[in-house]
Amino acid sequence: MIKNNKEYLIKRDNREYEVIIGLEVHAQVLSESKLFSSSPTKFGSEPNTQVSLVDAAFPGMLPVINEFCIKQAIKTGIGLNAKINNRSIFDRKNYFYADLPQGYQISQYKNPIVGEGSVTLDMPEGEKKIGIERLHLEQDAGKSIHDIDPRNTLVDLNRSGVALMEIVSKPDLRSLDEVNAYIKKLRSIMRYLGTCDGNMQEGSLRADVNVSVRKKGVSELGTRCEIKNVNSIKFMQMAIDYEANRQVDILEEGGSVDQETRLFDTKKNETRSMRTKEDAHDYRYFPDPDLLPLELNDEFIEDIKKDIPELPDEKKKRFIEKFKLSPYEATILVSDIETSKYFEDVSIKSDIKLATNWITGELFALLNDKSIEITESPISSENLAKLINLIKDGTISGKIAKTVFEMMVDGDQDPEKIVEEKGLKQQSDPKELEKIIDKVISDNPKNVEAYKSGKDKLFGFFVGQVMKQSNGKANPQLVNQILKKKLN
Amino acid sequence: MSEITNFKLCDLVDKIKKKELSSKEITEAFINRSQKSTILNSYISDNFDDAINRAKEFDSKPNLNKKIPGIPMAVKDLFCTKNLRTTAGSKILENFIPTYESTVTQNILDQGGIIIGKLNCDEFAMGSSNETSYYGIVQNPISENLVPGGSSGGSSSALAAKLTPATIGTDTGGSIRQPASFTGTVGLKPTYGSCSRYGIVAFASSLDQAGPMTHDVKDCALLLEVMSSYDAKDSTSVDFVRGNYLNDLSDNIKGKKIGIPKEYRVDGMPKEIERLWEKGIKIIKDNGGDIIDISLPNTNYALPTYYIVAPAEASSNLARYDGVKYGFRSKGENLIDMYEKTRSEGFGDEVKRRIMIGTYVLSSGYYDAYYLKAQKVRRLIKNDFDEAYKKVDAILTPSTPSSAFKIGEKLNDPVSMYLNDIFTVPINLAGLPAISLPGGHDINGFPLGLQVIGKAFDEQTILNIAYSIEKNIGYKNNINDWWIK
Repeated sequence: MIKNNKEYLIKRDNREYEVIIGLEVHAQVLSESKLFSSSPTKFGSEPNTQVSLVDAAFPGMLPVINEFCIKQAIKTGIGLNAKINNRSIFDRKNYFYADLPQGYQISQYKNPIVGEGSVTLDMPEGEKKIGIERLHLEQDAGKSIHDIDPRNTLVDLNRSGVALMEIVSKPDLRSLDEVNAYIKKLRSIMRYLGTCDGNMQEGSLRADVNVSVRKKGVSELGTRCEIKNVNSIKFMQMAIDYEANRQVDILEEGGSVDQETRLFDTKKNETRSMRTKEDAHDYRYFPDPDLLPLELNDEFIEDIKKDIPELPDEKKKRFIEKFKLSPYEATILVSDIETSKYFEDVSIKSDIKLATNWITGELFALLNDKSIEITESPISSENLAKLINLIKDGTISGKIAKTVFEMMVDGDQDPEKIVEEKGLKQQSDPKELEKIIDKVISDNPKNVEAYKSGKDKLFGFFVGQVMKQSNGKANPQLVNQILKKKLN
Repeated sequence: MSEITNFKLCDLVDKIKKKELSSKEITEAFINRSQKSTILNSYISDNFDDAINRAKEFDSKPNLNKKIPGIPMAVKDLFCTKNLRTTAGSKILENFIPTYESTVTQNILDQGGIIIGKLNCDEFAMGSSNETSYYGIVQNPISENLVPGGSSGGSSSALAAKLTPATIGTDTGGSIRQPASFTGTVGLKPTYGSCSRYGIVAFASSLDQAGPMTHDVKDCALLLEVMSSYDAKDSTSVDFVRGNYLNDLSDNIKGKKIGIPKEYRVDGMPKEIERLWEKGIKIIKDNGGDIIDISLPNTNYALPTYYIVAPAEASSNLARYDGVKYGFRSKGENLIDMYEKTRSEGFGDEVKRRIMIGTYVLSSGYYDAYYLKAQKVRRLIKNDFDEAYKKVDAILTPSTPSSAFKIGEKLNDPVSMYLNDIFTVPINLAGLPAISLPGGHDINGFPLGLQVIGKAFDEQTILNIAYSIEKNIGYKNNINDWWIK
């Protein structure tokens, strides 16, 4: 179903439709306490244990802005190359729901804290800039639980009042691959900044997806539908694919797409209408009179800028320029802050080229195999650096290193000790090697003759025999040198 | 015992400090009189037993360094009081017992005050006659079947009837000053941001302000000192240096420039009010103040502006009373049905009227024409005052366009009811301080008040001007205890 075409077009006979996608990403601000109260925000706590009088909207309770959350939003804005607004306003978005204790959500409507910016995607065919429309802060609602009690809906307010950043993209995304790359890039930037943990399983990152289609070559946008609250990249892609095809089918039949809000049913893999434009909520936005406009002076913003770490794009540039990595390697190594930290740790202590190969090769394969994150890697950066140094100084061969690597996995063992204890040290003494080589030559007179008469391919046979005799410890380069000398 | 209740707040503080009276004696005296005055219906809930215990506790270890040591006080039922039912005059909060204390009542407790009960008020402070309370109408002790004003009508009634030596109210459009004026007492609405709104049931957040209601200006200065504090729990609280209002109280107003706004001379205003205003002007002149004619050109737009802004905020502030978390809940077929029944049965007519107005003016398509326009006009009204204060230190006006009216007289005519706030509303829109003090009577012998409006955070000047007027105007409340048999 999901095709990773470079150009994502939906075809009907010889007609082609372009898919226009915009995302509204809701990213939970990484913060100890909520946006307007001092309640903790820890995930997975017992229901209704992280709720203050403010979060439960008791009479006379008032919101007080958590300055840390403001700083986090500004940091994120800077990471998105966006304009930080000196003045922003918190508004009330009014609607009734059981898990919305105030009867309104405090959000930002006309004056968000962060304005226009951009995110650069590293696509196989090159970089692509995706425009950011805005970033604003808002409160999360609580959670309604319908499946515990057969007759009642239960409400958990732990999440009520938790700070969210809504990051709205321009309708610049054109394919499922770009959606994937965009979400990953946003996540990466926020994790570098420490402003959102990007954990999609725990709901720290969710998105509303806007989809429209138009005939290829047409310049104006088609009518869009918004698919609410999709919480994984895979589901976003499935929802977009379904929705785009649905819209194309409507157009193909001569109909027109209605602007509406839709839900994605992950079980049936389809989107369903939630409400049409006509019965869209009238949220009656107005500035929250309990909160003064948020005024930020330039100095405050500049101070935050000083704390911004090196972000993925800059890091990639540095890796390419200073470390001479290929753009592909650099992209992989900077995509996640923890990976980049691990790589820099290893390469500083050992060798850049070898570190690149070992991390993107053996280590990634291992992590993939075990489905774990690099932070949970069974091999520490320190020990991987040691292993690379053993290769670099000729103590062990690359092949032996792979064996050692496998042994290191169990309890993050020191490769130097393994090599020592198992006697895996490379045989690099030319005299010792000569002895083995001489024996191999004298044991295989027929092959020697054949080689000398022109069967060049037999060289590999001799190398193999020497390695076998040395239990794989012979220094392959030296073996090559000596063998060539002896055989020619 | 009975004469204890004749003492004013400052006198009682003095007597406690001189150990002439114990807290228990004072507390019991006001409780006894309150118990004999149930006809007035000033109270919604009492805290008598607890209060007497606290008084005894105070007497056993009196801390005389407090500002109101061992002084009993009943407060408007809009302030959340820990472990003491708080209803806001509404059925929807009939059984609501807060687990927390509002900052203002906490300040009162911290300064040695003892809360003896919760006073009646219009439902969610929406009303000018205390007739919208779910807990019944309140009688004005001035005369039978007379409204005590609103929304702090229980407060003004209890104060004038000497059921409490002083009290506190809240003022969104005149809810302290108008009832003070109707009962011959003093009421002050501080500058927006002076008294914390934390723990006060919200009506219109950008206008609500708590303030003191007392027998005279001196008591008012003392109680304001107790109430006013910067509070980080209220983002609109202002961190300015609060004065020693009582200590700095002075009737010397020599050289003070007092403005008289021509727009406050409205058609059909009773002659007595006109005369009272003139009397105030004369006193100021006699005491060395300068009278300066000023103009507040946008005054006419204040009332319509207020009746857009206040209901808009209220419609949102009252959304939390949905039956889900606390308070009254009606059974429903589903969530929406439960909301509709809870709110239909839990709110009274006036509250529903304002929620509907507020919802309407915020609706898409109407927002710009009403809410946004009102905010712009509000700015113009504030500009009027800023302009006036370039020339004057304070402004003198009548408090209300009429004296207290009969119970039921205006209940079915909301517009005529709203017109009662015509002199008080502009001050809330501009966020300024204003005090109402009694100055005379109308032909029926009902009290009339004068209002002194000040610059932002300059409560001291209006207290001083009011003090000077009070000393010279010779007002006395004639209350004959008609309700005590």
